[in-house]
Amino acid sequence: MTTVLEALNCALLAAMDADENVILLGEDILDPYGGAFKVTRGCSEAHPDRVILTPISEAGLAGIASGMALRGLRPVLEIMFGDFTTLLADQIINHMTKFRWMYNDSVDLPLVIRTPMGGRRGYGPTHSQSLEKLYLGVPGLTVLAPVSLAILPAGRDGPGPLLQQAILGTNSPVLFIENKLQYLQTVSGLSDLSEFDVRVEFSADDTAKLYPIYRLTIKGAPEPKITLAAYGAMADLTREAVIRLAYEKEIFSELVLPTRLAPFRLEGILDSVGHTGALLTVEEGTRTLGWGAEVLARVSEIPGIGLKRSARIAAQDLPVPASPVLEASVLPQVDTIIEQVQKMV
Amino acid sequence: MSIELDCYRSMLRIRRFEETVLDEFKRGVFSGTTHTSMGQEANAVGVISQLNADDVIVTNHRCHGHYLAYGGDMRALFAEMMGRSTGVCGGRGGSQHIHWRNLYSNGVQGGIAPIAVGMALAEKRKGNSTMVVVFIGDGTFGQGVLYEAFNMASLWSAPVLFVVEHNGIAQTTPTSQALAGSIPARFAAFDIESVELDTSDVIPISTAASNLIASVRDCRRPAALILNTARLGPHSKGDDTRSVETLQALREQRDPISILGNRLEPGDADAITGEVVTEVKLAFEQALADPYPQTPMEAAQ
Ligand SMILES: Cc1ncc(C[n+]2csc(CCOP(=O)(O)OP(=O)(O)O)c2C)c(N)n1
Ligand SMILES: [Mg+2]
Repeated sequence: MTTVLEALNCALLAAMDADENVILLGEDILDPYGGAFKVTRGCSEAHPDRVILTPISEAGLAGIASGMALRGLRPVLEIMFGDFTTLLADQIINHMTKFRWMYNDSVDLPLVIRTPMGGRRGYGPTHSQSLEKLYLGVPGLTVLAPVSLAILPAGRDGPGPLLQQAILGTNSPVLFIENKLQYLQTVSGLSDLSEFDVRVEFSADDTAKLYPIYRLTIKGAPEPKITLAAYGAMADLTREAVIRLAYEKEIFSELVLPTRLAPFRLEGILDSVGHTGALLTVEEGTRTLGWGAEVLARVSEIPGIGLKRSARIAAQDLPVPASPVLEASVLPQVDTIIEQVQKMV
Repeated sequence: MSIELDCYRSMLRIRRFEETVLDEFKRGVFSGTTHTSMGQEANAVGVISQLNADDVIVTNHRCHGHYLAYGGDMRALFAEMMGRSTGVCGGRGGSQHIHWRNLYSNGVQGGIAPIAVGMALAEKRKGNSTMVVVFIGDGTFGQGVLYEAFNMASLWSAPVLFVVEHNGIAQTTPTSQALAGSIPARFAAFDIESVELDTSDVIPISTAASNLIASVRDCRRPAALILNTARLGPHSKGDDTRSVETLQALREQRDPISILGNRLEPGDADAITGEVVTEVKLAFEQALADPYPQTPMEAAQ
């Protein structure tokens, strides 16, 4: 059994083996420590000259990584906590994502910024946020979030391949959203998902089939009555909710899990909603102007889609508290999802 | 002598180009904004003339002079500023967002400095002798990311030359009201060697640049060239708050074109002036006849 953490770690090592232009930068990423969450463990031992231990200079590092990328390297930058991506905002919005376009497509900038978001570990207001929504809709930025699934044959999908492909196969900036709790999740294959029928689809624009969209329904169940859409670590909680809804409440749902959040696409979700007529989005970031808001807005803009009921689940518009009981009341839980679905069907 | 003539021509091309920009802006030929480098031409020409063909130039909002000194096509820059498809970046970037060969500019103060350091580190890794020159203004010393860039450039020995165009003003704010301490001390704090000049004469600037460039290239270490200079024109277009007397004095004492021109044979200077005026006029007219880009633009949905 591989965890998401191990999968990502293997992907970093494999990417470094595959291309000598891959170079890692980040705070405290050298062995034996291997990064605050150990994702880079073993990398500096394997490639001492290509793992750069850095000062605590997030904005400057984003610039340095961009400069390296503009001149032919494939840097991968670790930001220790997703909360600190705010320090990179100017570099992301006004620099790295602008260059290719404003220079009339005359440059490449292959750069992956990896960072863990998310709470549920009691780290408090500045180390627990899910800020990815701030970066959705930045033109030129691809935002990816792995889910703890690996379904396709020959190891073609899963958190590791998603990261490896972002590092080796993308020529523009990628923000790769990891999650602190998800690191510990085991990556489930088909054989681990005996309760589910699983489909893997790709957006029409994703011709190279890089960014899977997973669709899960309960095996042998009646037609689902509601579509649940989630990404990243919330995929795990929502999957648990889908099972409990089926076995405890006899409510059947379809779970749709995109792995690419930007550029924004609705495939999978739209098709499912066409059948169920009801949509619930689930995310861990704050509710206002979030991912779910955009999903629902776009779905409702489609004529004849037949969306009868819709709702969003997200964190309350509050900072994430440190106390476990307070934190649990601010962030969405499995029970929150179950209760909301019961209200909707 | 021929070096002086080359420098004179190069500086005059920039001056004539930018005079045309400011004149024609009034007629509505250009759109958006612009920042001219009148008075600072000796910096662009003095430094860039000392670079090798493979070297990288990173510049800022005041980039026309750097681009032209680097050999960028004049018509393409006019066209860029007119929003034409033949512009340096097809009309997407405008005056302060250009890329041509190894020259990159951006219009946000400070953010390009770490990018320049990253470029220098990438070139160093490739094991070649390429180096990076990045131009920054005195006002940009208010940006925190600059010091992250200095720190990492020194820590990791990046072959980058920071060229400070210290014109004593940032938009309307005098440096004295924005900068504590001194610019050389800021480099010294990071163990970056700096050389400071107070001249608008292109020849000593070239000499100092040549020495520092050689040292950065050979030692693969950062260095800084602080050029005390004068902005003779407005920050952008007609937005100068300095007094007429101040400007008059600067124009008399700090104009790099008359400083060098006074040393040339009058016939030589006149001949160059005639050629440059014709060249700029032609480039302008060609750009004006160039087509606009195809529209509308559409994002992939
Ligand atoms: C981050 C940022 N803040 C403000 C501006 C607006 N602005 C453009 S140029 C400028 C002055 C810059 O002064 P300096 O660095 O001395 O360069 P100079 O204009 O004198 O060449 C300002 C404030 C900007 N482009 N970027
Ligand atoms: Mg200035």
